[in-house]
Amino acid sequence: MSILVNKDTRVVIQGITGEYGSQHARACIAYGTKVVAGVTPGRGGQRFEDKVPMFDTVEDAVKKEGADVSCIFVPPAGAADAIVEAADAGCRLVICITEGIPVLDMVKVRRYLEGKPTRLIGPNCPGIITPGECKIGIMPGHIHKKGHIGVLSKSGTLTYEAVGQLTAMGVGQSSCVGIGGDPVAGMDFIDVLELFNDDPDTHGVIMIGEIGGGAEQKAAAWIKANMKKPVAALIAGRAAPPGKRMGHAGAIISGGKGTAAEKIEALEDAGVKVSPTPADMASTLMSLMK
Amino acid sequence: MKIHEYQAKQIFARYGIPVPKGEPAFSVAEAEAAAQRLIEATGIPVVVVKAQIHAGGRGKGGGVKVAKGGVADARALAEKILGMQLITVQTGPAGQKVRRLYIEQGLDIDREIYLALTLDRDRRRIAVMASREGGMDIEQVAHDTPEKIHTLHVDPVIGLAPYQARKLAFALGLGAKEQMRQFTKLLDGLYKCFLAEDCSLVEINPLVVTKKGDIVALDGKVTFDDNAEIRHPEWADLRDADEEDPVELEAKKVGISYVSLDGDIGCLVNGAGLAMGTMDIIQNYGGKPANFLDVGGGATQEQVKKAFQMILRSDKVKGIFVNIFGGIMRCDVVAAGIVAATKELGLSVPLVVRLEGTNVEAGRKILDESGLKIESASSMGDGAQKIVAAVKQGAAA
Repeated sequence: MSILVNKDTRVVIQGITGEYGSQHARACIAYGTKVVAGVTPGRGGQRFEDKVPMFDTVEDAVKKEGADVSCIFVPPAGAADAIVEAADAGCRLVICITEGIPVLDMVKVRRYLEGKPTRLIGPNCPGIITPGECKIGIMPGHIHKKGHIGVLSKSGTLTYEAVGQLTAMGVGQSSCVGIGGDPVAGMDFIDVLELFNDDPDTHGVIMIGEIGGGAEQKAAAWIKANMKKPVAALIAGRAAPPGKRMGHAGAIISGGKGTAAEKIEALEDAGVKVSPTPADMASTLMSLMK
Repeated sequence: MKIHEYQAKQIFARYGIPVPKGEPAFSVAEAEAAAQRLIEATGIPVVVVKAQIHAGGRGKGGGVKVAKGGVADARALAEKILGMQLITVQTGPAGQKVRRLYIEQGLDIDREIYLALTLDRDRRRIAVMASREGGMDIEQVAHDTPEKIHTLHVDPVIGLAPYQARKLAFALGLGAKEQMRQFTKLLDGLYKCFLAEDCSLVEINPLVVTKKGDIVALDGKVTFDDNAEIRHPEWADLRDADEEDPVELEAKKVGISYVSLDGDIGCLVNGAGLAMGTMDIIQNYGGKPANFLDVGGGATQEQVKKAFQMILRSDKVKGIFVNIFGGIMRCDVVAAGIVAATKELGLSVPLVVRLEGTNVEAGRKILDESGLKIESASSMGDGAQKIVAAVKQGAAA
């Protein structure tokens, strides 16, 4: 078991002919992901690398190839539209890798998705991987190992760091989800924690947050009330000054809110063990698993 | 991206939001001429001379003065404020040099209101916030008397509903017919402005009710959503390079995310999260990061070289920590970029490099063969401890 994606997941890649999209489509296919279709308007009827059929619309990809999950590499100006298209086509899960989507576009997209069955991961995220089965996104597949730890994170590279530490200790992962660092995004910590909590093959979780906003504090309250499995956490940005955007659009302490200290306190209060540095994420979780 | 008050007011005016008459001035002579024109146009001898810097708290810092004595008085104040190093709660102790002024007509003020539109991340909606406690530090009001702040959220499907605007007007004591009309029109314009201009914050503090009963935006603060720059070419003209850190601007031009900090250990990292984590771990081991630097996932050798040179050129940097976990980023590209940068500028401070991920062996080989004095680290924790120790040793020597 795993969450959200597995060996049977059928993936359509929106923006498959772009430089970025094609490079990562290749890597996903090489990992063993069932990439069943690509979408680039105007390229319908052609094939990507002589193999993957391409369509003009996501609807066609869903109807003709049975794609159920979409992965988006469309540039920022058109990415919100791409998410809406995937939802309308009936994709159950949409993973948006694109960085730099205007925030107000995402406000509209999130409103549009309310009440719909489609789940959204991202934007501005590395994607999701179930090791050994399905990689959808830009993470390096080879660092992962099949196992029982769930990883969820706002940061791509810190996810790799956590996974690298786990694998080096011989500990595998059930699924790893990058939810992205934008102020308005799809699935949040709680949405993913719920799935890990219910997944019998996930035995413990590493959660990686960062400064800005209140998602980590909300997650802490949820964990306190509901979580049955050990959780270790990292909050990036203890050393970040207020009022400065630290790369991610959402990683900013504004009006004294969203500090690392505030988040760490909430998590510790919920029984989560917070890793003292980014180098100790795996060992912190393993100390809870014994 | 932030803009000046006078630029914000020019935008407000396009959306029918009443603002006082005013003119920007870049010199004392321009300020004097502007004051002359304003006094003639309004028939009021009072003008306000306002320093234009991006930081808030200008009034308390001495950057906003009322000239009651006509043009000569305005000139004297402009001489005083223009060129001053204005220190406010938001500028830090060094302050910010005043290079632009805004000369504005004086108003007879009855009372001051706070009004702002911003993104509520948790609700994923635009929030309108208002309070009768205008002119004050709103964060203080929110902290001490949260009940005095009225908040409403806008559903993007229907936009700002007229009933919401009315409700807010009543809460602010603007229920009388003419004021209600003015306020709801202003708020509607402000919401349209927020959407069309891709703002992340629009703040009017204070919004004033004049003695005549009119509602006017006396101040204006606008911050744009950086992500939306792709559809706003006009922002290039609104940008004031003097208000931004020159190194941060240079980094932006080459597509690197960089923030200057107070410490002495330069960092070059891939990924925003890891870049923050690198700052944290340096601090954890008793060091101080000199910068946040994310070269991004798909950086070229040239970008890495430019990024590394930015760190090398900084006088405050006493040591450098390169921390790469290459997913998309290839370690050999990073290594080649570092070597190219040092060929031009040399390397006079300790350098610790941690490479992990794609093409790591090729990367290590490039560094080994470069002849540079590089200490390699086996992990992020190992690297942080090594650079902190090296910088301490350098300081002791």
